[in-house]
Amino acid sequence: MAKKVLMKGNEAIAEAAIKSGCLHFFGYPITPQTEISEYMAKRMPKVGGLCLQAESEISAINMIMGAAAAGSRCLTSSSSPGISLKSEGISYIVGCDLPCVIVNVQRGGPGLGGIQPSQQDYYQATKANGHGDEHVLVLAPSSVQEMAQLTSEAFDLADIYRMPAMILADGALGQMMEPVDFDVMSKRDVPEKTWATNGTEGKRKKNIINSLLIDPVELENSVIARFKKYDEIAEKEVKYEEYKCDDADIVIVAYGITSRICKTAIAAARAKGIKVGLFRPITLWPYPKKQLGALADKAKHFLVCELNMGQMVDDVKVATECKKPVSFFGRTGGMIPSPDEVLAEIEKLAATL
Amino acid sequence: MTTNILLAGFGGQGILFAGKAIAKMAMDSDLQVSWLPSYGPEMRGGAANCSVIVSDEEIGSPVVVTPDILIALNLPSFDKFEPKVIAGGKLIYDCSLIDRTSDRADIEVYGIPATAMASDAGLTGMANVIVLGYLLKITGLFEYDAFLEHMLAGIPPTKAALIEKNKKALEMGYNYAK
Amino acid sequence: MVVFDKPKSLSPVPFHYCPGCTHGIVHRLVAEVLDELDLCGKTVCVSPVGCSVFAYNYFECDMIEAAHGRAPAVATGVKRTHPDNIVFTYQGDGDLAAIGTAETVHVGARGENITIIFINNCIYGMTGGQMAPTTMPGQVTTTSPYGRDRRIQGSPIRVCEMLSTLDGVAYAERVAVNTVPNVKKAKAAIKKAFQNQIDKKGLSIVEVLSTCPTNWGMTPEAALEWVKTDMIPFYPLGVYKDADVKELNPTSTKEVNE
Repeated sequence: MAKKVLMKGNEAIAEAAIKSGCLHFFGYPITPQTEISEYMAKRMPKVGGLCLQAESEISAINMIMGAAAAGSRCLTSSSSPGISLKSEGISYIVGCDLPCVIVNVQRGGPGLGGIQPSQQDYYQATKANGHGDEHVLVLAPSSVQEMAQLTSEAFDLADIYRMPAMILADGALGQMMEPVDFDVMSKRDVPEKTWATNGTEGKRKKNIINSLLIDPVELENSVIARFKKYDEIAEKEVKYEEYKCDDADIVIVAYGITSRICKTAIAAARAKGIKVGLFRPITLWPYPKKQLGALADKAKHFLVCELNMGQMVDDVKVATECKKPVSFFGRTGGMIPSPDEVLAEIEKLAATL
Repeated sequence: MTTNILLAGFGGQGILFAGKAIAKMAMDSDLQVSWLPSYGPEMRGGAANCSVIVSDEEIGSPVVVTPDILIALNLPSFDKFEPKVIAGGKLIYDCSLIDRTSDRADIEVYGIPATAMASDAGLTGMANVIVLGYLLKITGLFEYDAFLEHMLAGIPPTKAALIEKNKKALEMGYNYAK
Repeated sequence: MVVFDKPKSLSPVPFHYCPGCTHGIVHRLVAEVLDELDLCGKTVCVSPVGCSVFAYNYFECDMIEAAHGRAPAVATGVKRTHPDNIVFTYQGDGDLAAIGTAETVHVGARGENITIIFINNCIYGMTGGQMAPTTMPGQVTTTSPYGRDRRIQGSPIRVCEMLSTLDGVAYAERVAVNTVPNVKKAKAAIKKAFQNQIDKKGLSIVEVLSTCPTNWGMTPEAALEWVKTDMIPFYPLGVYKDADVKELNPTSTKEVNE
């Protein structure tokens, strides 16, 4: 049998989760990610796991909270409007320091928006998944292989750092099929879950999973401790790809599906003699600030490309300390730019350098 | 070498299946491949198309805008995508459903009455496979025998009755002479 | 010789509840039942948002503090992960019958094999006396200052009656803790609700009519009297459902899969 399998991105996430030891999936149908639920519904009973369709996104994320508290590796998935509903639960899960994996296969917004691919939840994912000083790990795959790979890494990261990890994908990645190799899943050492609420058996003190700290001193200390952990993550866990950046005058910064469109445009631009490269953040939180910043001394211009109105621009400006101009090109509402549109933007910029 | 293929028609014509057959074959030939469907709120009917890119290098954008090969199975798809075919590209269309042809001189145009052929041969619903056979003949994209084997291997045991039909349809398309 | 002691399932800390509030009685009843059935070591309690938000300080079992109204969903996650744990939620009326209505109905529809202890005191206590989904017609609260007008604020929800219509619910009983005999009956109901979980019968809920002298603006004694004169006539005590719905609840899925 061939080593690789042809799969939809959504299915690859589900299968990678199962291969990573995920035994509990709680979800609610929403386009364009429903294949994850459907795949789980088929597969989970065969591997001794559970796929439960909740009555709402709110319930699904709270079932995740319970399963995570009980020590399970668990997954929930949704698309943009559903993620907004989950935001309360995400904040509680962060406040309780529980590990879980959350998938957002983004669609166009705001509101009910549309069902075509978007990256309009960048701010929400990287800055404010819920209320309070909080972050979740955010991984942005750009291929079906990475949908699988990063899902397995997300489970390990979540367990190591006791926090949620989010796969921030989009409708195109969810719906497209590419070959996947499941032999390269993450296999990091993860700590034992001695904190889990699964009964004391009279052998230990009770475990309490709680985000309520009524004393502000205590709450401040807990937030500060969590932010120290965030610093450690930023130091150790950033992931990114540099593509033809060595001699690049123009560096495009793009993630997910958009980065691939940019790669096609870059090939065309290079054929025309324009020195352009791509910096692709794979972790959107923590953001590869240092690594992108290092390019600011060499490149002349940064061009941010996204399927939104420019939500990542601020992060690029901060990372490059505004040493070089940062401009933006994107489409939104479910529209995907063609490589030619990106190329035109590159050529326009190149003419000004 | 990269081949950008766009398959387009109505939902229910087997557009996505045909694209998958190509993608699976490409994967098993150790090529890079991507398959991207259009998707909408409706389950049946409406426009359906899918982008398939086959390459020996990393695939960038999975969206085929200017196809090297266009397979058009209905008139709206023909009208929409015929002008987009890249110069030197190939257009394959179902001339039993599309009553016009292309007057572009810079592309190769191949009409095949696939839906009528399918219906005449008692293979209703298999025009897509007939077109795949024709595609193999015209483009030489994959070896016929290898493609047949792969396509049949993808048919689940519960639908074993379809094996002979698929075989026949692919053969009819491959042997079709203009 | 100790003739009266704290149950082992209660932590050795004082409650924070107001004078005359019956939360303390219900906590104790639950703890006594956990002791008598020897369940503390395998129990996980999911506490709510409301006056009993600090319940995690009071019970000796493993504790999870859920978001407002979400305890049944959280409990579902725990129970489905560890079906052999004993899982119970402890929720007030705003939590269970307003913001968490969907979670409450669907935990019943699924017949989750858990136990729900539902405190109905007709008011939001922790936030200072606002109208609850169970606030009585005509009852004055800070957000129904002229008395609850059913034409404007709607009518109260009778939770046991509503849940007893669901196939997945095994047991629904309403009790009160305003008199010693009623406290005894309440304990028997709570014990049955936990025994049902051990026996994998499905969802069990015990609704306990409770007092809130502080926000009702009454003395503790008057509050107990009001339970008798006003609450019980509107929320009749008794068993609303008692059935073995084992074949309809998740405890039987393992056998189904095998």
